[in-house]
Amino acid sequence: MALQSTDVDENDDSTVWLLRLYVAGSGAKSLAAFANLKKICEECKAGHYQIEVIDLLENPHLAFEDNIVAIPTLLRKVPEPIRKIIGDLSNTERTLIGLDLLLKNGSNTW
Amino acid sequence: MNENTADNKSTSSINKSRPQLPKSPTGIQGLDEITGGGLPAGRPTLVCGSAGCGKTLLAMEFLVRGATEFDEPGVFMAFEETTKDLIQNVASLGFDLTVLIADKKILLDFVYIERSEIEETGEYDLEGLFIRLGYAIDSIGAKRVVLDTIESLFAGLPNPFILRAELRRLFRWLKEKGVTAIITGERGNETLTRQGLEEYISDCVIMLDNRVTSQDSTRRLRIVKYRGSTHGTNEYPFLIDENGFSILPITSLGLQHSISYERVSTGVPRLDTMLDNKGYFRGSTVLVYGTAGTGKSSLAAQFAESACLRGERVLYFSFEESPAQIMRNMRSIGIDLQSCMESGLLKFHANRTTFSGLETHLATMHREINRFKPQIVIVDPLSSLHIEGKGAEVKAVLMRLVDFLKTNQITGFFTSLATSNAALPEIFSTQDITSLIDTCLVVRSVESGGERNRILSILKSRGMTHSNQIREFILTTHGIELCDVYVGSEGVLTGSARVVQEAKKVAIALLHQQTTEYKQRELENKRSILNAKIATLEAEFAIQQAEDEKIIEQEMAQVQQLELDRLRMEKVREADAVPNIILGD
Repeated sequence: MALQSTDVDENDDSTVWLLRLYVAGSGAKSLAAFANLKKICEECKAGHYQIEVIDLLENPHLAFEDNIVAIPTLLRKVPEPIRKIIGDLSNTERTLIGLDLLLKNGSNTW
Repeated sequence: MNENTADNKSTSSINKSRPQLPKSPTGIQGLDEITGGGLPAGRPTLVCGSAGCGKTLLAMEFLVRGATEFDEPGVFMAFEETTKDLIQNVASLGFDLTVLIADKKILLDFVYIERSEIEETGEYDLEGLFIRLGYAIDSIGAKRVVLDTIESLFAGLPNPFILRAELRRLFRWLKEKGVTAIITGERGNETLTRQGLEEYISDCVIMLDNRVTSQDSTRRLRIVKYRGSTHGTNEYPFLIDENGFSILPITSLGLQHSISYERVSTGVPRLDTMLDNKGYFRGSTVLVYGTAGTGKSSLAAQFAESACLRGERVLYFSFEESPAQIMRNMRSIGIDLQSCMESGLLKFHANRTTFSGLETHLATMHREINRFKPQIVIVDPLSSLHIEGKGAEVKAVLMRLVDFLKTNQITGFFTSLATSNAALPEIFSTQDITSLIDTCLVVRSVESGGERNRILSILKSRGMTHSNQIREFILTTHGIELCDVYVGSEGVLTGSARVVQEAKKVAIALLHQQTTEYKQRELENKRSILNAKIATLEAEFAIQQAEDEKIIEQEMAQVQQLELDRLRMEKVREADAVPNIILGD
C-alpha cells in the first residue's frame, strides 16, 4: 500500500506534532515502538514533530494521570483531537490510520 | 468475627493443630459467618453475577469496611463507572468516600478505554495497568484491591489472546503483592463470567444473583468455591439498604441452641394459669392460630405490653396493619402500646408482604432483629407470608427464623390466620408448621344462640403441664379476660348462653335452699304438734289420775267407815268376838 501524507488540512505541514510515547523500561517492545514511530514521522512529518518518551517505571503517577493501560501507548497531543494508539507500531498502516495520516479520500482503507 | 482481623497470620500460627487459611474479614454482615472469617487474605476473589446484582456495592463495602474497621487501606480500580458516579452511588449506602479519599484510606482510579479512540498497531501488554495499580497500592499502602469490572477491557482492547495472558499475569502479580483482591465479573451464558475469569481466579468464587419469582425479586449470594476452607454452600438471601449489605446465613446449627427454664408471662393472668401457672418459656416459639377477628393480634399486643412493662424489648413485625392502626385498636381494649413505643422498648416494623419476596422478608427480619436486639419478636400475621410462597418455602423460611430466634434466646410470638374454623391449622396441613412451634394456642369463634363468641384452648405446649380446658376469651376495655365455659347438652356454652346458664345455676341453688328451709320448718311444726299432743295427754292423764285417786280415797274411807260401824254395832250387841261367822252371813 502506498503511503501518502495527508492533505486534508493545509496547515498540517506548518503544525508541529507533539507525540508522547509511553513505555515501561527499555524492553524489546519499547525500543521497537520508538524505532517504528521515528521512521513513520520521518517519512510523513519530517521536521514537524516532537517525540516525548515517558518511562512509566520512572514516572508511575503518569500512568494514573494520563489513563494509560497498555504499553506501549502513543498519544498524539497536538494536533487536536487527541489520539491514542497502542502496540509497538509495527503495523504501519494501522499506525497511520490511528494518527490520521492516511488520506481519507481516494484511499482504499475507507 | 472481628477477632479475625489483620493479623490472621499470627492467629493461624497459634492454631497449629488445625492450620487455618489466613482470612481477611469483610466486615459485611453475614458474609464473614458464611466464609468462616472472610475472604482469603492476600489472594484474589472473584465476585460474579448478572447486571444489577450488587457486585460493585459488595466490592466497595469490602474496601470501606477494610479502611474504616480493619485499618486496611484499599484501591478501587473502576473500569465502568467514573469516580464521581461511584462516590455518589455509595453515598446512598452511607459511605462518605470523599473523606476516606482525603485521608488516603481509599484510592479510586477510573480506567477509561474507548475502543473507537484506540488503534492497535502491534504487540502490546498491560504493563501500564500494572504500573498504575502498583503505584496506587504503594501510594496509600493498600492491603485491599478491587477491580470492577476488569472484563470491560475485552470490549476496549483488541486481541483477546494478549489480554488473557496479561490477566493471568495480573492475578499472579496481585498474589505476589499480597493484597486481598476482589475482581468482579459479569455473568456469562454458560460460564460464571463472560471471559471465563474463573479459570484464573480459583481461590474463592462468590456468585450473586437477583432472581424474580412471581414478581418478587430476591437477591441471593452463593459461594461457588473457596479453596482451602470450609464454607456455607447454600444460597443466602441478602439485602442492600441504607446501611450496606446484609447477608442472612441460613442457620444450619444442628439444633444446638441452649434452652431456658425461665418463664415469661403471657400478659393474661388466666392464660398464665392455664400454662402451668407461669406462662411461656423464654426463647420458645408461640403460635396463635385462629380465624378472622378472634383476637390473635390482641393476644400479641397484650403479650407485648406486659413485656414492655417488665422492661423487655419487643420487635413487632406487622404485615397487615400500620403501627398507628394497631395502637389505636389496642387502646380500645385498654392496651397502651403507644407509651411502650415512646419508651423505646417497642419497635414496629410494618411492611406489606407483597413488598418483597419471602427470602427478603427473612433477611429484613434478621437484620432488624440484629439491630434492635429484642427479647421478644412478634410476627403478625405469619400466614400472610404464605401468600408469597408455597408451603414448603414458608416452612423453610419459618424454620430459619425459629432457629435464629432460638439461638438468640428470643421468644417468638406468631399469629396465623385460619381460613376455616377448624381446630387444627389446615392451611399448613401438608407442611405442618406446628412442629416448629412450642406452644400453640387456638382461638375460635363459636356461633350459637344468635351470637358469636370467642374461645381459646391450648393445642399444645411443650415442656409443661398445661390445661386441657376450653376458656371463653373476652376482650374487655381493660384487656383480655378468660372465663370458664359451660358444657351442656347443646355443646359448649359461651356469651349470653353462659350468662343464662349462670343465672339458671343461681336459681336452682335458690330453689334448693328454699326446699331445705321448708322441710326444716315442717319438721319443726311436727315437733311442736307432737309436743302439744304429749302435753294434752299428760294433762288428761293428770285429771284422770286425780279423779281415780279421789275415788280410791273415797272407797278407802267407806271401808274404814264400815269397819267402824261394825265395831260400834258389836259393842252395842256385846257379841262374842266371832267376827268371821257374822261376816260370813
